[in-house]
Amino acid sequence: MKIFVIGLNHNTADVEVREKVAFNGSRLEEGLKRFRELPEVEEAVILSTCNRVELYANVKDSVKASESIKTFLSEFHNINRALLDKALYTREDVNAVRHIFRVASSLDSMVVGEPQILGQLKEAFEIALEKKATGILLNKLMKKAISVAKRVRRDTRIAENAVSISFAAVELAKKIFTDLSEKVFMLLGAGEMAELAARHLMSNGVKEVIVANRSYERACDLAKEFNGKPVKLDNFLQEMVHSDIVICSTGAPHYILLKDQMQKVMKDRKQRPVFLIDISVPRNIDPKINDLDNVYLYNIDDLQGIVDANMFERKKEAERAEKIIEEEIGPFLKWLSSLDSVPTIVALREKAEEIKREEIEKLMNRFPDLDEKQRKAIEYMASAIINKLIHPATIALKEDPEDRDLMIAIIKKLYGIDEEEKEDT
Amino acid sequence: MGTILFELALIFYFAATVVSIIELFKDKKIISQLMLSLVAVGFVLHTSNIIYRYVAAGHIPITNFHESTSFFSWSIVLIFFILQFRYRVTILCSFVMPVVFVLMFSSSMLPQEIKPLSPVLRSYWLTIHTVVAFLGNAAFALAFGVGTMYLVQEHYVKSKHIGGIFGRLPSLQTLDALNYKLITLGFPLLTLAIITGSLWAESAWGSYWRWDPREVWSLTTWFIYAIILHARLVAGWRGKRAAILSIVGFLIILAAFFGIKVLRKGLHVFL
Repeated sequence: MKIFVIGLNHNTADVEVREKVAFNGSRLEEGLKRFRELPEVEEAVILSTCNRVELYANVKDSVKASESIKTFLSEFHNINRALLDKALYTREDVNAVRHIFRVASSLDSMVVGEPQILGQLKEAFEIALEKKATGILLNKLMKKAISVAKRVRRDTRIAENAVSISFAAVELAKKIFTDLSEKVFMLLGAGEMAELAARHLMSNGVKEVIVANRSYERACDLAKEFNGKPVKLDNFLQEMVHSDIVICSTGAPHYILLKDQMQKVMKDRKQRPVFLIDISVPRNIDPKINDLDNVYLYNIDDLQGIVDANMFERKKEAERAEKIIEEEIGPFLKWLSSLDSVPTIVALREKAEEIKREEIEKLMNRFPDLDEKQRKAIEYMASAIINKLIHPATIALKEDPEDRDLMIAIIKKLYGIDEEEKEDT
Repeated sequence: MGTILFELALIFYFAATVVSIIELFKDKKIISQLMLSLVAVGFVLHTSNIIYRYVAAGHIPITNFHESTSFFSWSIVLIFFILQFRYRVTILCSFVMPVVFVLMFSSSMLPQEIKPLSPVLRSYWLTIHTVVAFLGNAAFALAFGVGTMYLVQEHYVKSKHIGGIFGRLPSLQTLDALNYKLITLGFPLLTLAIITGSLWAESAWGSYWRWDPREVWSLTTWFIYAIILHARLVAGWRGKRAAILSIVGFLIILAAFFGIKVLRKGLHVFL
């Protein structure tokens, strides 16, 4: 009985390899079934996301299992074995437990602290449960990993701050405005990054979208896509009067919005606050505009600065999270090693029950006249005797993890429990 | 009995103030809950103290400086709870409790005995005028707290160094709207207080307006808040400017409230 992890992630494999190894949609169920049916694998879970593919298993022999899983992966995904070997990593026992806890807590993610991974892990576990691919070991491990991840999220601030530019922009917008869904948003120019930020902002819901672009056709295309209103770039100043959030990236080599222009806009909009995001390089909005009241201007470096600060914050929090994980590994390992003695305890009890049955039978044959009440009393006494006799041995097996192997050996010898019997139970 | 209730309320407010300052730095739900519970217990004790004095004196207990300072802070806590109930801005507590505590502490230093009320003041105007005046001032006190929060949050956003309590403060727009609401609540109350005051003055002393220091200060604050409202509606003075003005307005109220007592002049000597 051994916890075993084999997988690849964004650090070990390029996207070309990851997408080949990914278990998409219905392939997951099929893959899980085949994986579980490998003779070396007793329990199975497959986690497949865009950044990682990992197979969790309960195996007897990790060397054999590793080999057979690799062959399975190579055949199933029709991928070159050498390529696969280079990308795959394996973990077993305590390292496997730590790895799964870290993955669940998003410490192993590309963006540390990103929250999706926990949901993905839950889903992977649910599918495995549904397909009855798991047993006592992985069930407990998955549940524990989920609870550890929740504790990490609750006790640290690992997932609190935005760590991408578009997230940071939305986070700021939410601290300037109460409700983004009643705000008008203008996309000024259409750089790739601006589009990304715009998409992200719009997924949070805005009231109206205006797209201004040097090429009016492009503005129309984008406006169609965002369900917005296209305007000519020359008219953008009029539109600014009722735009609350402006993302600017026109590619112009100079400022297209000057302080006195903005001052006029602010007067026209009765000083209602406006959030300007200038992600163009060179900058398109005069930085002095930030001095105006109720105007909040951020350029790409400002946003990057926030992202960096948040990243730093996350790293500190990640260290705390690692400590939490180490704390949680101990009790889990204890539970895990207590499983080692379960077969011996079961065998011991069976042995005792057998002796009891035999002796009672003998007694009954010798005294057939006993009435029901007397029989019950004798059986009760026999049970009490065996329970009291095996109780200390059971306790010794359950506790004391350090001497457990020795204890198991001694008890087997003392009571004449042999290996075969243990394996069978 | 009344004194004990007052002292207990003071102790609870003190504890709440300390916790509210810790709460700024430690974002833990349990600390916020502890803080709110302490304020709530303090408020219940404080209310009991006011009821006790009401029963003992037979009229609303806002007839000496101890009582009026105490009632002032009671009104602030009352409006805080109304806001908390409607808008859930728990962190406002950290910006308001210090003010409440300072007022309560000043109140505790003043003579607390209940003296018979001079016949001139025995009038239903006493209740109407004082309650309205203090509720109005309390609304301005909260506008002061919200304005301070606005300036802190504005500083974070403008300086582009977000951190500290940035994440826990509400959005600028929310704070600005709240500030405006509080001023539009306080302003009519202040107006009403001035009107009822002059009506009362007429019935007690025979003239509506005598330019006594408190009247002058009330008028000054009335003008300040009138300007805040006017500037917002006409010139779009919102956000930072509105926040600064509401802070200045409340500081003037405080200066007037304590300053006039120090001067010990005028018809309002009893306050």
